[in-house]
Amino acid sequence: MRTFLILTVDGLTNGFIYALVALALVMIWRATRVINYAQGAMAMFTTYIALFLITHGVTYWLAFVITLGAGFVLGAVTERVLVRPVEGRPPLNIVILSLGLLIFLEALAPMLFGGQVKSFPAPFSRIDLAVGSTVLYVSPFDIFVVASVLAVMLLLTVFFQRTTIGLSMRAAAFRPEIARLLGVRVGNMLTIGWGLAAMLGALAGLLIAPAIFLYPNNMDEVLVFGFIGAILGGLESPFGAVVGAIVVGLVLSYVGGYIGSDLETIGGLVILIAVLMVRPQGLFARGRQRQA
Amino acid sequence: MNTLTRHGLFFIALAAVLVAVTYQVDEFWNYNIAGIAIFVIAAAGLTVLTGINGQLSLGHGALMAVGAYTTSLLLKTQPQTPLILTLLAAVITTGAAGAIIGVAAARLRGPYLAGATLALAVGLPQIATHFGSVFGGNQGLPVAPLSPPAFLGTDFSSNRWLAWVALSAALVTLFLLANLVRSATGRRMRLVHDDETAARLAGVDVERTQVLAFIISAACAGLAGSLFAYQLGITSPTGFNLTLSLQLLSAIVIGGLGSLFGAVWGSILLVILPLKISDLAGNLNLSSDVANNLPLAVYGGVLVIAMLAFPRGIQGALVSLVRLGRRAVRAAGPRPQVSSTS
Repeated sequence: MRTFLILTVDGLTNGFIYALVALALVMIWRATRVINYAQGAMAMFTTYIALFLITHGVTYWLAFVITLGAGFVLGAVTERVLVRPVEGRPPLNIVILSLGLLIFLEALAPMLFGGQVKSFPAPFSRIDLAVGSTVLYVSPFDIFVVASVLAVMLLLTVFFQRTTIGLSMRAAAFRPEIARLLGVRVGNMLTIGWGLAAMLGALAGLLIAPAIFLYPNNMDEVLVFGFIGAILGGLESPFGAVVGAIVVGLVLSYVGGYIGSDLETIGGLVILIAVLMVRPQGLFARGRQRQA
Repeated sequence: MNTLTRHGLFFIALAAVLVAVTYQVDEFWNYNIAGIAIFVIAAAGLTVLTGINGQLSLGHGALMAVGAYTTSLLLKTQPQTPLILTLLAAVITTGAAGAIIGVAAARLRGPYLAGATLALAVGLPQIATHFGSVFGGNQGLPVAPLSPPAFLGTDFSSNRWLAWVALSAALVTLFLLANLVRSATGRRMRLVHDDETAARLAGVDVERTQVLAFIISAACAGLAGSLFAYQLGITSPTGFNLTLSLQLLSAIVIGGLGSLFGAVWGSILLVILPLKISDLAGNLNLSSDVANNLPLAVYGGVLVIAMLAFPRGIQGALVSLVRLGRRAVRAAGPRPQVSSTS
């Protein structure tokens, strides 16, 4: 029972971080029909920026805010400079473009910041809380992770359902032509969408780095797990992406804890294949028109 | 002259040229020629799957691992197995693995297939880590280097022999695949890629064609993986990481998707570019962090720029260049066209 609780808390915490990556992927997929394989590498890069700031005397919270801003800029610039020109080309070209960006960023980071594995500070203690003598298996940092991801999800929901710009972005993603007729600047909406997605990635990078340390390809597996979560959820649905990612987090944690930590990724692969064999469009996608 | 004879003559001529080349270059370049040939095999197989049949695979590195581990395990238990058998064993097991993955992949499209194969690329090497007693864990399994046969003389360089073996395998693979893509099967594969509904209406069994493409492609990856094991001298999970899968895919796109020539150009670039950049970095007295990562940074940059500037890859650029040249020759001819539009 004790092991089960520990594994569940671990799985949930990781699952919430994967959910950020999954949400970022879904947001970009819905807007531009592109899977951004460089999502993880971009998050790794912004985490290095945060560490650079912190080691140069900036407080954690200021660095936190600057990093989220840097993530937004990186995402927006990527859309404008790299993705926009290849729009309408064969989809595989955009896949290679984002893989190229992934490889480039993972090589640039050690050139700028040094290649050795670095530890990354957590703003709250990572030691489990205790009431009297009973250990709760939950650390203040775990609570911070889950709370901040929930807060982001709430903000995003309000943003996309209640604000003019959020509604314009949804319109631009679903019916670009009609949105344009209604006066929505579709191009700008796509740029903002990429920026927001990269900002989610940057947050994921900041939240996972204390646990997995910081090195040039530290986000590779996080991206794969987030991607698996997004696919389980059906790629179209933000809600599905979050559920999918949390399922991935839990399954990986149980597989790692009960069977063997080397087999975590295989566990992810097995659930992915199992679900896709039953529902090739994922759990929450509707209909077959979303095959592109 | 029919296709088969034409291809046959072309490949015999090419083989003669390549043998001459292996006598002209030193040990180091023979080793790298073998490397190029190995990548050509895997990339050509991936071209059939992704370029011709339209199924994206981000996990071919994992299939190469299946081939490499088959060969290494066979040599561990039966060290005297002849080369041709270890290669065949790798082709068969990897082809079988490809059949299983292909059945699953035939149900998936676009990003769903990409995600599944990506998970395969990351996950499969971990099996080797987990079952360390069989697969040698993270240290991997050692593979004895190929020794040239006795009739070539005792001082025949082992790297040249490796290059010969790899080049022969690459030429045979390319010959078979070049005939395949021009056959009825190849046309069915293209049709499935271009329009699935039309293919079904024309009576093509789409799933069967897709699974077949996956088996062929996996068999090539297995052959390449087996040779890769001989080239590296060790088979370990780190040798078959995600980067290998991504490099293969990028090689066929940057070379020119859908063309076997493209797979060759892409593989040459994939091996030569990092070597040249490493040389350059070595001469510039850069810090080790910069020098070690410069080749990858340039490689990533080249991928991005190539996709912006040459969307149809090297082969596409060559074809346009030839067309441009022909037009220029025609324009300079004695009877210039009056209506020289376009």
